[in-house]
Amino acid sequence: MTTIVSGEWPWYVAGPLIGLFVPALLIVGNKSFGISSNLRHLCSAIAPGRVEFFRYDWKRTGAWNLLFLAGVLIGGFIASHVGAAHPIAISAETKTALTKLGIHDFSGIAPREVFNWHALLTLRGFISVVVGGFLVGFGTAYAGGCTSGHAISGLANFELPSLIAVFGFFAGGLAATYLILPLLLGGA
Amino acid sequence: MTKPTALEVENIESDRGVGHPGLLVVYLLLGIAFGIVLTRSEVVSWFRIQEMFRFQSFRMYGIIGSAIATAAASVAMIKRAKLKAISGEVIAIPRKELGSGIRYAVGGTIFGLGWALTGACPGPLFALIGDGVSVMIAAVLSALLGTWVYGWLRPRLPH
Repeated sequence: MTTIVSGEWPWYVAGPLIGLFVPALLIVGNKSFGISSNLRHLCSAIAPGRVEFFRYDWKRTGAWNLLFLAGVLIGGFIASHVGAAHPIAISAETKTALTKLGIHDFSGIAPREVFNWHALLTLRGFISVVVGGFLVGFGTAYAGGCTSGHAISGLANFELPSLIAVFGFFAGGLAATYLILPLLLGGA
Repeated sequence: MTKPTALEVENIESDRGVGHPGLLVVYLLLGIAFGIVLTRSEVVSWFRIQEMFRFQSFRMYGIIGSAIATAAASVAMIKRAKLKAISGEVIAIPRKELGSGIRYAVGGTIFGLGWALTGACPGPLFALIGDGVSVMIAAVLSALLGTWVYGWLRPRLPH
């Protein structure tokens, strides 16, 4: 029981639960599971400008998804306030590799030395958070989906575009992991 | 007014309307459940994403793989049964348009770079704010800027 409340869930519990959000949203309202559309809805709501891409009725198409998104934030809050916080039990190899790159604090959900407001003024903090965030927003909008929309919803419906996108996700992720992070984290 | 292209129509999800107002609460509750699952499964963790991209644990692959399998089996069953949604519509999943495929390859790669740098995809970015990693507010604002810049450059980009 303590595992359910505060520990990490095993992959074979977490994975199927995540997958069930696809049929759940279809059954409730014929909605396609995908988080990144919300970034577009928010742009449309806040600053559509004269950009054609943002000129549509975001309330009509996006209200349900923005509420889902608000829920994700609340859910994160609830989950992190129930039970005791504990370090993420990553493999010993990963810990060794990251230590070599200059990560020393393994107590948080993300490395605290990089992901905090003060670190935004360092090169590694700025690139990890601000540049990384920009690439997430630009890339998901260009690709028309993220991990939820392409990797899960798309592949579950056997979409070729989603398969291409997922190959891209990994190509980019591997490039950042092996080419960018060693330079970035090494030079604080 | 020019007629919107197929790409534009496809891009605004599918214009199916807000639906019954009572259902909006259900979306909020589902979102809360999703935020809890993302946090508890630790897919929101930068460390887990690093472990995945370094192929040093089966965990993330097991999670993503079993999520796809579960979703695929459910979608197949829904299609076969021609189920109707609670909102009353017949469930139909719009196909994604392939076009030249460039947007998926290039956009996907750009997102992948950001995924490894932030250690978070869009869902986790928001869950992490709830989890107390407040600096992710800056990542979200930057992601909004990224989406906006894409929208602005869109007419000049290959799709």
